Amino acid sequence: MAFPHRPDAPELPDFSMLKRLARDQLIYLLEQLPGKKDLFIEADLMSPLDRIANVSILKQHEVDKLYKVENKPALSSSEQLCFLVRPRIKNMRYIASLVNADKLAGRTRKYKVIFSPQKFYACEMVLEEEGIYGDVSCDEWAFSLLPLDVDLLSMELPEFFRDYFLEGDQRWINTVAQALHLLSTLYGPFPNCYGIGRCAKMAYELWRNLEEEEDGETKGRRPEIGHIFLLDRDVDFVTALCSQVVYEGLVDDTFRIKCGSVDFGPEVTSSDKSLKVLLNAEDKVFNEIRNEHFSNVFGFLSQKARNLQAQYDRRRGMDIKQMKNFVSQELKGLKQEHRLLSLHIGACESIMKKKTKQDFQELIKTEHALLEGFNIRESTSYIEEHIDRQVSPIESLRLMCLLSITENGDARCSSDTHYGPEHLLTFSNLRRAGLLTEQAPGDTLTAVESKVSKLVTDKAAGKITDAFSSLAKRSNFRAISKKLNLIPRVDGEYDLKVPRDMAYVFSGAYVPLSCRIIEQVLERRSWQGLDEVVRLLNCSDFAFTDMTKEDKASSESLRLILVVFLGGCTFSEISALRFLGREKGYRFIFLTTAVTNSARLMEAMSEVKA
Amino acid sequence: MDCYTANWNPLGDSAFYRKYELYSMDWDLKEELRDCLVAAAPYGGPIALLRNPWRKEKAASVRPVLDIYSASGMPLASLLWKSGPVVSLGWSAEEELLCVQEDGAVLVYGLHGDFRRHFSMGNEVLQNRVLDARIFHTEFGSGVAILTGAHRFTLSANVGDLKLRRMPEVPGLQSAPSCWTALCQDRVAHILLAVGPDLYLLDHAACSAVTPPGLAPGVSSFLQMAVSFTYRHLALFTDTGYIWMGTASLKEKLCEFNCNIRAPPKQMVWCSRPRSKERAVVVAWERRLMVVGDAPESIQFVLDEDSYLVPELDGVRIFSRSTHEFLHEVPAASEEIFKIASMAPGALLLEAQKEYEKESQKADEYLREIQELGQLTQAVQQCIEAAGHEHQPDMQKSLLRAASFGKCFLDRFPPDSFVHMCQDLRVLNAVRDYHIGIPLTYSQYKQLTIQVLLDRLVLRRLYPLAIQICEYLRLPEVQGVSRILAHWACYKVQQKDVSDEDVARAINQKLGDTPGVSYSDIAARAYGCGRTELAIKLLEYEPRSGEQVPLLLKMKRSKLALSKAIESGDTDLVFTVLLHLKNELNRGDFFMTLRNQPMALSLYRQFCKHQELETLKDLYNQDDNHQELGSFHIRASYAAEERIEGRVAALQTAADAFYKAKNEFAAKATEDQMRLLRLQRRLEDELGGQFLDLSLHDTVTTLILGGHNKRAEQLARDFRIPDKRLWWLKLTALADLEDWEELEKFSKSKKSPIGYLPFVEICMKQHNKYEAKKYASRVGPEQKVKALLLVGDVAQAADVAIEHRNEAELSLVLSHCTGATDGATADKIQRARAQAQKK
Repeated sequence: MAFPHRPDAPELPDFSMLKRLARDQLIYLLEQLPGKKDLFIEADLMSPLDRIANVSILKQHEVDKLYKVENKPALSSSEQLCFLVRPRIKNMRYIASLVNADKLAGRTRKYKVIFSPQKFYACEMVLEEEGIYGDVSCDEWAFSLLPLDVDLLSMELPEFFRDYFLEGDQRWINTVAQALHLLSTLYGPFPNCYGIGRCAKMAYELWRNLEEEEDGETKGRRPEIGHIFLLDRDVDFVTALCSQVVYEGLVDDTFRIKCGSVDFGPEVTSSDKSLKVLLNAEDKVFNEIRNEHFSNVFGFLSQKARNLQAQYDRRRGMDIKQMKNFVSQELKGLKQEHRLLSLHIGACESIMKKKTKQDFQELIKTEHALLEGFNIRESTSYIEEHIDRQVSPIESLRLMCLLSITENGDARCSSDTHYGPEHLLTFSNLRRAGLLTEQAPGDTLTAVESKVSKLVTDKAAGKITDAFSSLAKRSNFRAISKKLNLIPRVDGEYDLKVPRDMAYVFSGAYVPLSCRIIEQVLERRSWQGLDEVVRLLNCSDFAFTDMTKEDKASSESLRLILVVFLGGCTFSEISALRFLGREKGYRFIFLTTAVTNSARLMEAMSEVKA
Repeated sequence: MDCYTANWNPLGDSAFYRKYELYSMDWDLKEELRDCLVAAAPYGGPIALLRNPWRKEKAASVRPVLDIYSASGMPLASLLWKSGPVVSLGWSAEEELLCVQEDGAVLVYGLHGDFRRHFSMGNEVLQNRVLDARIFHTEFGSGVAILTGAHRFTLSANVGDLKLRRMPEVPGLQSAPSCWTALCQDRVAHILLAVGPDLYLLDHAACSAVTPPGLAPGVSSFLQMAVSFTYRHLALFTDTGYIWMGTASLKEKLCEFNCNIRAPPKQMVWCSRPRSKERAVVVAWERRLMVVGDAPESIQFVLDEDSYLVPELDGVRIFSRSTHEFLHEVPAASEEIFKIASMAPGALLLEAQKEYEKESQKADEYLREIQELGQLTQAVQQCIEAAGHEHQPDMQKSLLRAASFGKCFLDRFPPDSFVHMCQDLRVLNAVRDYHIGIPLTYSQYKQLTIQVLLDRLVLRRLYPLAIQICEYLRLPEVQGVSRILAHWACYKVQQKDVSDEDVARAINQKLGDTPGVSYSDIAARAYGCGRTELAIKLLEYEPRSGEQVPLLLKMKRSKLALSKAIESGDTDLVFTVLLHLKNELNRGDFFMTLRNQPMALSLYRQFCKHQELETLKDLYNQDDNHQELGSFHIRASYAAEERIEGRVAALQTAADAFYKAKNEFAAKATEDQMRLLRLQRRLEDELGGQFLDLSLHDTVTTLILGGHNKRAEQLARDFRIPDKRLWWLKLTALADLEDWEELEKFSKSKKSPIGYLPFVEICMKQHNKYEAKKYASRVGPEQKVKALLLVGDVAQAADVAIEHRNEAELSLVLSHCTGATDGATADKIQRARAQAQKK
């Protein structure tokens, strides 16, 4: 079922080196503070840290107790405190309060702050303002790339999305450039570079500067990775807003995959405790179904179960020797497989329970209608109903955004007081980030707003539809969709078992825009002929190509492609590109600031009461 | 080999000394050397002359002239001496001229007569004057030692890091010592002085009398003393014309010599080679030069002119009005090869090569002779080494040719030594050139290292030669060419007569993008010379913005610094500039600056959001950004304020701001929120329970759940909750309560705006099939099938679908048919379908 790669597909580089590098550096930093110490870890860093160095490694390096950084006074009695944090002002204040409390109590301890992945001047400023700059020593743990899987590197910086796309804060771009620099020093230069988006361009230029400053190091090395493609999340919000239906994406939407592992609750494990499961290529069962459309998964799993049973059954006719062999060699693997299988079957059941109800079908139908741009009226009323039912604010917001982007209109409904005042801010955030779009920037917006609000207050909510149809103008998404043929024309049923194109990740209804762009550019080896698309994406100034005029390096390396998602990517996109790779004999490597999905996107934009 | 050894003079049995001309000097001296203060830097360094008018008790009506020449006599600088009387001149290791004045001030000049700095040797000297001074070299740098009028010594071991040491008093010292010198032993500088027949060693703790071992009796005074270049050896010249030579520690005597000349010598210096066993001292009188060593006879030269001796690492330089010569011990390799009738392998090889050139078969004989002894490797090495010690390029060439010839007959001779010698000689010949005038020997060059030699060329502003050498030796760019270009550029910016544009352009043309050149360093130099505009122009060429910013800040070009920082994409840099600006400008200007730089603005906002909320508000106020201001107050209404009154007030401010921003929608919503808050407060007061901070929807739901239907409806009316939403809300709430009676009443209150399908759905969610069925019958025709399927009435659903003749509905029902129970229904549908198709 899982499709094998073409025989000429290149091998993936070994990314475990990145882990070793990060671990060694952390150990070095810990040893800079000799003696027993307590380690305070920021919650966001716990999972990534766990993938790099487990507790026993920390203990080996004289870490005594582990605490979570939270807004509570520390109970630690150690003479040395070490903080492992993201460079956030909030954290600085926490540390400052701790240190100042110690000072008041006349206690002197050693404090060390390790910033990951880098420290910011603003943080040091705060330490200084709080009057403890001289009391703490600062270090950087340049741990910016966590290999979540053989082909997936995550920077684990979910805040990148909000910081850059909402607040316009560019500080993480340098971190991205550093990460690219690290990759190119470890795995050779990238001969061909493409990118789209303002942030992509900035990151690319910063990275180039870094390379130039230290040139000579990568020169002459044989490139391993032939192409690099940088893409801003705001080039394609639509794909990220859609409900995911490939298995991995669905698991993420349902259970939330965190740092490559997922907590399966009792309803999945069919026992009374939950279980943390690592989801990656090492899980044989998962590896075969992760990229499958969900409708195939169950069939596959039951087939697998039958096979497994058959393998178990073989022992019936065995003699003692064969049995001994079986027990010593195969049984363990079978048992492992058995365990995984039952887990995934449990997960499937749980998903089915939640998703295969009428609601989900309707939801998907509405999404597809929005993507294809027909039955807008029906979709709008569906969304209204969704709001009326107050099912989930996040879901409603997501649908409104989807409607707004695909129809290029402002889908504002007066739901703020109904969800709470902070959502008024959420709306303003969404609009600023471009998730709720305006037909024309500037003054017309207020006109549209007042129109919508009047309609709403007139209690003629049904007329919102008319308001939108009056706004209905050929939207950019429509035009892009047409240009890039994102909605495949299918005669008859789309066979999800044997997908023909990347649209299968959305049940054959839509080819993810981001992936299509990548496909097109790689085919042309440039942006040539895509001018119109680039213009429609409002990225005319930010689409770039950079090819080194090297002779055709071995085709092997040219088929290895690094795709960098700035602002996060979804598992659906990963699946789609994996599919593309199998079709064309490429291998994709993904580098993302974080793995995201529609809910995370919305939550990042939401204002929540602290 | 004709007379090649003619200028070789044997000293004893084992050593030869030779003297050859380096340059013939045409420096056209106006003064006699003896009338001048003279200082010549070691390692072929420059010569400084200052006519000393103060020595003769003449009135200093004419200001003396300080002249600086290269070792070949090329004038480098000439300046009128305007300061006080000078006691002594000396060159530091960095080739800076130190002029020790009588008042204890030391003026430091560059090679080109440019004044660098000055320092003083202490206050004590002011009254007592300086009698004498010495400049000496230690491993830390260059030191100065002075003897004051009070016969006290003060020294500093390193003028770069000035620390004055006042040496202890010499007991009973009434007059100036007859001679003295600075010694450097075990990293500590001492003073050795002679008073009458006694020698004293001063370190900074004590003064101790010392006696040289084996000193001949009858000495009543020491006239001259000399320390070797490396401070290892000491020579003493006594009034009996006797010379004692020994170690500087005064623990061992090496040899002695009696020259029977009682006149005090003008100069006495050591002349020895590193790693040579021979020790010799060169003593100079007015017209006589004598080389003495461990031999009964000395070598004597006649001096035609007034001459000056410069001790070097491996010999002595002697210059006069007309010539500049070098006197040294003939190195071992040269001696082996050139000694008359030498049968050393090198000598034979040289001979063989000569015969080979003459096309004589003797070449073979010589070669064979060497090979039979198995000494060919040694022969080649000897020739290479000897070439290094030859001054004349011709002789270097013949030796190298011989080496090259010999190499042909060797299987495996590593080529490095030959190649390096060729390169080194080429460099040496280039710098020895008359125009450059750095007469380095091979040993000195190796001691000095190529890097220092390049520095010295740069110091002499011989940039092209330095670059050629770098390129010729293929030095890495960062150490070589780039470094020199950067020096050149730093010199260039000091040319005040050239316009900023021209200088900047010239520098950029030459430097281009040479790696390792820091334009910001050059700009910093330009700024140091007071050329701010030029500095800014130069910074434009700096590719790394991170390097531009600090200097721009220093030059108070903060706004330019800000845009550069933003260009760099380094947010930390931007932040640095921001904080700088914040302190530098008043608040208004600061905000205005931010306004034009969105990237910096958002960065600063982010900071303020966490650290300075009030500033954030001011920022929005300044920009008249009412929209953001409104958002700010909304945030404050639930984040900062606790009391209801405060929160309402914050919301009111927000609403006002939204009105100003012409965002009526937001304003209205905010006002609604205010009303809601007040109302919730009232509800809490009247009904108890928790209402505050619930959304409108949740408030109404809570009311219904609490059985306050009237109030709920009132609230819905007040806030104009759309009918549809209200129906959904009520429906859900009542179903949650499982108040089926009320639900039924509600459903009949009027025609449902949301239809009756939702009723069915909700009832089924609560697993109440009975109630659900009630509503299923009321569902409108287009949703009937769905409703019936929901309550599980497949058969009836089928009937309705057939009635509707709706294909989609038929397949929907069919998909709900489970084989066992609904077989009949399924058949029915199939039949209906078939019928429909027939028609």
